[in-house]
Amino acid sequence: MDLELIITSFPKLLNATVVTLKLLSASLFFGLFLGLFFAILRLNKNKLISGFAYVYSYVFRGTPLLVQIFIIYFGLGQIEYLRTTFLWVILKEPYWCAIIAFSLNTGAYTSEILRSAFETIKPGIIEAGRSLGLNKIFIFTKIQIPIAIKQSLPAYGNEIILMLKGTSLASTVTLLDITGVAKFIISTTFRPIEVFIVAGSIYLFITFLIHNIIKYLEKKYSYQ
Amino acid sequence: MKLKKIILSVFASLFLFSSTLSADTIRIATEGAYPPWNSKSEDGKLIGFEVELANWLCIYMERDCKIVEQDWDGMIPALRMRKYDAIMAGMSITDERKKVITFSQGYADEVASLAVMKGSDLEGMSTPEGINLSLGGKDVKAALKTITGALAGKTVCTQTGTIHQNFLESGDVGSVDVRTYKTQDEVNLDLSAGRCDAALAAAVAFTDYAEKSGKAVVLVGPTFSGGHFGNGVGVGLRQEAQFGSDSALGKRDAQLLKDFNKAIDKARSTGKISELATKWFGFDASM
Repeated sequence: MDLELIITSFPKLLNATVVTLKLLSASLFFGLFLGLFFAILRLNKNKLISGFAYVYSYVFRGTPLLVQIFIIYFGLGQIEYLRTTFLWVILKEPYWCAIIAFSLNTGAYTSEILRSAFETIKPGIIEAGRSLGLNKIFIFTKIQIPIAIKQSLPAYGNEIILMLKGTSLASTVTLLDITGVAKFIISTTFRPIEVFIVAGSIYLFITFLIHNIIKYLEKKYSYQ
Repeated sequence: MKLKKIILSVFASLFLFSSTLSADTIRIATEGAYPPWNSKSEDGKLIGFEVELANWLCIYMERDCKIVEQDWDGMIPALRMRKYDAIMAGMSITDERKKVITFSQGYADEVASLAVMKGSDLEGMSTPEGINLSLGGKDVKAALKTITGALAGKTVCTQTGTIHQNFLESGDVGSVDVRTYKTQDEVNLDLSAGRCDAALAAAVAFTDYAEKSGKAVVLVGPTFSGGHFGNGVGVGLRQEAQFGSDSALGKRDAQLLKDFNKAIDKARSTGKISELATKWFGFDASM
């Protein structure tokens, strides 16, 4: 065990944590909107609309994230026509390709979490709202969404943690996140154990923070 | 220190005897993703210059060999952990690597080159045909200056953990935006997709790709050798001191180095290296 390497690689990996957190927060931000959007589509009575949302979640939950990121980064990059369009400005950058892949992936899981949360809301609560003369939008934003968020917090906390670990795949498309920098250090020191221990500890610490924030929120929004 | 070595040896020998067919079999690792040095055929078999050369070296050593596949980024750590006994993967002999492993004598020369897509403004860079960084001198300095100017603000792609990455990050060509990939295939893909302004690897890796894919990849600037690019490609082996020079494992590793050197001597004198190099590279890269 090379203690010196552990100490020297720590600040480098800490710097890379910024990239990891940026990827995570951007993906969760876009993923939450995608998830909410597709969860609402899933609850639509029109079979075509709910079917479309179902296929989206089925495809992105049913394929490995690594495959998704490769298709978006290396796959789309090979289509010559695409390279002549404005889309290439975004797809050229590995950073955006990673965020697109992560957002679509976490969006699919989030849509399932939110859908099941909406479905657990008892019809009586909505009827109570209606009987008070509240309109549909008000009921949705002020009654259904807050209940759904509360219901989905534990599952969504899990999803955040899974996504955090998912961001390590960004290193496969040249990004220097925690895993990317770890691999980079190993490529010159040839000592994987020390470096991966530090990298793993940083992931563990972030997970610890996420876990506790979610726990705090769960407590705050509980009925008791 | 001594206790540590004994424990290491015990673990290593446990691993050695549990995972090999026989303790006499030499396990040689290659990447299988760096044509024409080493690659895989369509049916998944390992092929290439080094795969054939490895088999010949084993014939000369009169030993059984097993060629195993290993990702490039774990190549040296896995050798040190005794997952195999030797590396033949287009690995250049460099001082940096010599700190952790040892090398046989070189068996082939590898020159590196920059590549761009046809029509790039980097085409027509005016430099000598080849520069040797170990020699230095006015020509080399002038060439490096030209390259530094041409690459300023450009994205240059290369494989992780290679001499090419070391060179790009050494500051010899200023501060370029270096992007690193797990395999050369991925470098080639992103070069042809236009994400890289230029790429750096063995010259033959680009010419091979251009030929097979039909993509308009062209070499630019000088070919590089010496300095960060090392002194030819050799067989990577464990240092005998890693498991103790007087231990059985250390002695075995030391013997392997002697055997490989002798076998390479023989392969050179019989013309086998030249023959295989001409077959795979199209020119005699033997050394």
